[in-house]
Amino acid sequence: MRDPTAAPQYQGLLVRVWRWLAGLVFWSRVQGIARTLRGRMLVALVPTLWLLLFFLVPFLLVFKISLAESVLAQPPFTAIMHWSGEALLELRLNLANYLLLLEDTLYISAYLNSIRIAAISSVFTLLVGYPMALGIARARNTARLILLMLVILPFWTSFLIRVYAWIGILKNNGLLNNLLLTLGLIKQPLPMLHSDFAVFVGIVYSYLPFMVLPLYSTLVKIDQSLIEAAEDLGCRPLSAFWKVIFPLSLPGVTAGTMLVFIPAVGEFVIPDLLGGPDSLMIGKILWSEFFTNRDWPVASAIAVVMLLFLVVPMVIFQRSQEKALDEDGRGRR
Amino acid sequence: MALADRPARPRLDPWQDVNVEPFVRIEGVTRTYGDVYAVDNVSLEIYRGEFFSLLGSSGCGKTTLLRMLAGFEQPTDGKLFIDGVDVTGVPPYERPVNMMFQSYALFPHMNVEKNVAFGLKQERLPRQEIRDRVAAALDLVKMDAYGRRKPDQLSGGQQQRVALARALVKRPKLLLLDEPLGALDKKLREHTQFELVNIQEKLGITFIMVTHDQEEAMTMSTRMAVMNEGLIVQVGTPAYIYEYPATRFIAEFVGAANVLEGRVLGTEDDLLRIYCEELNAELLIQHNRPMEPGAPVAVSLRPEKVLMTERTDLEPGVNRIHGTVAEIGYLGDISIYHVRTAGGRMVQAQLTNRNRVENPGPTWDQAVTLHWMPANGVVLEA
Repeated sequence: MRDPTAAPQYQGLLVRVWRWLAGLVFWSRVQGIARTLRGRMLVALVPTLWLLLFFLVPFLLVFKISLAESVLAQPPFTAIMHWSGEALLELRLNLANYLLLLEDTLYISAYLNSIRIAAISSVFTLLVGYPMALGIARARNTARLILLMLVILPFWTSFLIRVYAWIGILKNNGLLNNLLLTLGLIKQPLPMLHSDFAVFVGIVYSYLPFMVLPLYSTLVKIDQSLIEAAEDLGCRPLSAFWKVIFPLSLPGVTAGTMLVFIPAVGEFVIPDLLGGPDSLMIGKILWSEFFTNRDWPVASAIAVVMLLFLVVPMVIFQRSQEKALDEDGRGRR
Repeated sequence: MALADRPARPRLDPWQDVNVEPFVRIEGVTRTYGDVYAVDNVSLEIYRGEFFSLLGSSGCGKTTLLRMLAGFEQPTDGKLFIDGVDVTGVPPYERPVNMMFQSYALFPHMNVEKNVAFGLKQERLPRQEIRDRVAAALDLVKMDAYGRRKPDQLSGGQQQRVALARALVKRPKLLLLDEPLGALDKKLREHTQFELVNIQEKLGITFIMVTHDQEEAMTMSTRMAVMNEGLIVQVGTPAYIYEYPATRFIAEFVGAANVLEGRVLGTEDDLLRIYCEELNAELLIQHNRPMEPGAPVAVSLRPEKVLMTERTDLEPGVNRIHGTVAEIGYLGDISIYHVRTAGGRMVQAQLTNRNRVENPGPTWDQAVTLHWMPANGVVLEA
């Protein structure tokens, strides 16, 4: 016979063990959720802090300076806020710097010229970079790695040195002119250095990897059988390219173009070293306002307006990236 | 008797009729990659309106052969004719051929209608005609309600239909299908097999399909070619290949087979008397060619043609052997029995499960007798 009292005791123990186990599971769940929440917040916190510290704070400082007046002092600008009398905070916002940018045609033409040079250079970078990216994407696996390495290789040398090297190539008795003279193609050296042409060459050369890499990454994902399908349906290879490959590579084209265009607008080193005295670019003006004229408020105003100019292409870039990510996600499903 | 009552002579299939010109002619085609022969001196004739399958396991060269017909690969040697025209070296965009790709290769940036219209736009047809033909093609594959969808908004089966419509809308003389049903699940695949055959019969276009699935090839094709290591091993109707496998490879690749090896004892009329050492038994197999006594020979016996009885009082003799059931594979409709014979050799037999579970037939370790008719075995060439 079983002892009738044994069962409840046994059950009681079971219930206690069960409760303890359940509590353990519940607590570990709670902890787990807390941990993932903390993890997620940490992940978002780092870039947020980074942007606050290194982008938003400096931008606000520049914006503040742009509303100040230039003075011969240390620092070379007035404070925009100061206490006058009792409990009276005076805020003096000087908009003259922005008005100056509108009134003096120098600035407007420099802005337009920068955009023109950046746009033309982006187109040329695309024209040079697209075939390169396509070639790399079509290459065999081992060759592909080597070619990608070659694209990135120039980064191992200082940007400044590479731009200086172009002076040696483009100047009147430089490599290129000497080569053309020896070949008898020209009678007199071509004045290539200190011209818009030299600036284009410099930008195309320096920013080429930023064009090639995003293009390559979209092109390499395109299924080779799509080209075969297009040819099977009656397309010659060139028209198959325009109707299938090119449209599918558009996210890469926008990404690459924006990655070249945005920094090229504010480029200072290349126009300063390779450009002529009349090739006005806003980066150069900014530099001379800061360091030659020591007019920090005007220089800051130039920087703020330049940022506003660049917001539009930046938004386009962001959109194209999101779209590409979205399509990737759908493709994987 | 009235002559009119006599049934008309059965119409010959095109491959039996010497007066019919082949529609696709593959003449000694070889394709090498380095020193690997992907396709090795293959000759094949395919007739108008056929649903022809190239069957083989992966790497046997079937896809390379199909891609040469499409024009994506060029033969290293040999010639290809389509409708009497030499198309060797003609680029894909100038061939009267369309292909349905294994991955479907639908253009992801175009909706269903634009995908189907793509090939017609290349021909610069009038807009109205393009619209009508696209609508008709989508109607044919029952995708008319999905014209505005993008490929990534369709299921695998729907993408497959769009790919078919895109290839058919050009009205090709020849449609090539690379594993057309490979990406579909089993139920959908079986359903689509019949639909594809219906469409083919309706349009009368010649289809050449590549597949590694022998059931698929047998269900759908008028004829098929079995390939192995770049060579065509046998060509024929599915029934012919199944019933008269030429080689041991075919017997084992297409369906299941017991391949028994032995020596010829003698020829009696159209029967071959064979001694099989593995079974320690004499076999009598139908064979229309006399063979030298003593010659080695291999015989294929399909499991469904091996009869099995629970009686054990029968004396072992010609085409009759004793054994015990070693394994049973229950597949629902049929059961597959592995029977261990006295000599140790396993022989597969198949029973149809006509009765329900009350009367299940022989069970494990039960003694059984296997027997078959001389006409149920096939003598293999190699």
